[in-house]
Amino acid sequence: MTVSNASPAAPDRAPVLQARGLRRVFRVPRTADRPSGELVAVDDVSFTLPCGGSLAIVGESGSGKTTVARMLVGLDTPTAGDILIDGEPAGPRARSRTQRRIRARKIQMVFQDPYGSLDRRQTVASCLDEILRVHFDLSAEQRVARVAELADLVGLDERMVRGRPTALSGGQRQRVAIARALAAEPDVVILDEAVAALDVSIQAQVLNLLADIRDRTSISYLLISHDLAVVRQLCEEAIVMHCGSVVECGPTDRILDDPQHPYTQRLRASVPGPGWVPGAAPQPSETRAGEPT
Amino acid sequence: MTELLTVEDLRVALPVQGQMRTVIHQASFAIGPGEALGLIGESGSGKSMTARAVGRLLPAGAQVSGQIMFDGEPVLELAGAALRRYRTTDVAMIFQDPRAHINPVRTIGDFLTEGLRSTLGMRRRDADRKAVSLLAEVGVEDGERRLRQYPHQLSGGLLQRVMIASALVANPRLLLADEPTTALDVTTQSEVMGILDRLRRDHGVAMLFITHDLELATAVCDRISVLYAGTVVESQDAESLHAAPRHPYTAALLASRPSLTVRARRLPVIGGRPLAAFEAPEGCAFTERCRWASPVCEEGRPAPETHDHGQVNCHRTTELGILGSEAVVTEPVIAEPDKSSVQSRGQQP
Repeated sequence: MTVSNASPAAPDRAPVLQARGLRRVFRVPRTADRPSGELVAVDDVSFTLPCGGSLAIVGESGSGKTTVARMLVGLDTPTAGDILIDGEPAGPRARSRTQRRIRARKIQMVFQDPYGSLDRRQTVASCLDEILRVHFDLSAEQRVARVAELADLVGLDERMVRGRPTALSGGQRQRVAIARALAAEPDVVILDEAVAALDVSIQAQVLNLLADIRDRTSISYLLISHDLAVVRQLCEEAIVMHCGSVVECGPTDRILDDPQHPYTQRLRASVPGPGWVPGAAPQPSETRAGEPT
Repeated sequence: MTELLTVEDLRVALPVQGQMRTVIHQASFAIGPGEALGLIGESGSGKSMTARAVGRLLPAGAQVSGQIMFDGEPVLELAGAALRRYRTTDVAMIFQDPRAHINPVRTIGDFLTEGLRSTLGMRRRDADRKAVSLLAEVGVEDGERRLRQYPHQLSGGLLQRVMIASALVANPRLLLADEPTTALDVTTQSEVMGILDRLRRDHGVAMLFITHDLELATAVCDRISVLYAGTVVESQDAESLHAAPRHPYTAALLASRPSLTVRARRLPVIGGRPLAAFEAPEGCAFTERCRWASPVCEEGRPAPETHDHGQVNCHRTTELGILGSEAVVTEPVIAEPDKSSVQSRGQQP
């Protein structure tokens, strides 16, 4: 399945990121309950992220959405299938330092937990400076200026930049994580549940920030999320994953307003809202692969 | 109506690095028999500590003042056998993360029947039978097998059902549910909330439901109290709170959550960050983030004003009345786009 290119951005450019028939199989050791076997975590997942576009991968725990993200950034190797970056095959896994750096300039990732993804002993300035030193040949003054620019972009003030993450709140930390991802000037940022751990009032600030950054740059987002309201707010296109497979794909508005697949319908009906009755959503007909029963 | 639980002017301070730090300034609410009250707040607002105070589960060294009455008994003065009875048969608590609150090296059966056997003096076989029937009530089939399993062999949703079953073991009259579905998937949340809601109605159990999700609380609770920086700022019937908020914080919370049905061009934003109770200033704690703030707001904490559907603690509520989504300012979070684009490739070597 392929998501159509509905983005207004540069139609002449090749899609910035493309996945074709991605598959990942894990070997599962024997336990007291079941013999050893294979767990298909991701099965035949394909999508296209146009330049400047935004695509959401929606799914619940165990659906394989994070495994897809790990394969895209090169933290994991697909069992089968291709990843194309700017139309060129990304190779199975970035092994050498040069390869890893090339991939890092293309794709960056923002993780869910801003308390676990930043080094607590490193100041925000040195955290951003480190990325600039690795990727660019800039003088010390140029780097200082660029750090200030990045901090400005995500709304961190000078005092916060000089301090360590321990002095920052969750929302501020997540801004640091976003600034760090942007420091490498990537084409794609993968947001792995990047606003899920934030308080409602802070979540709104970060969502607006992400929308602003996309308005002002040609960056593309791949959002991994279970939160349908966040997906609607940030992404034009979405794919819905269940048990490792894509069950539905298309424009976000169409998927949320008129879900076709029974699983998408159940997901949509499970979100509390006006007139919602708990437990009224249709019961699941299958359990996910590998779930302890 | 005689209330089952009344909390009046609850104030809690905890020792942090040798200093007493206030975590709840002023919390007052009441729950009738069989009623569900939602307690809404962001992190640091003191919602979990309120539940712990009600369950007499605060950490050692906590200073508590105010009054908590359960069925006419002063909870804060209970001791010895009376306190044990209160904790076993009057109230039960469900925690957010079942994996952290169920002993990983004991079986589900041990966990469920411990209370039945030790406190109620039931025999093993009877306790097992009771546990199996409770598991069936929360939608867990083949309970016999489940009793012999260990927590790591169960999924999160299943384990949370076990926790709910354990809370119902002694037929409590009040359930303290602290974010019981936050760690669960949304479809599992719907199932677990459905079970909790049905059991509550079948058994006539009252519930204090703690969550950050206003939509969820509106769906399952009769009344809702909103906490900000350790203070209950507004209490109303769930439906009317959702439709006609009176406190600026409630209105802002409702507006800033992205909607499932429409994409906002920009989300309305509450500037700044949520304050923890100990950082709250002398006046209304919400003052610095409130678009309606005026000098009067800094003059002492607002007293509760009663209206038809509930209470609100706001100095300006008589002027403001019911607030719509205009209670929040849509302001740019970041500076004007004057700097060079992030995508600029000019700096490459």
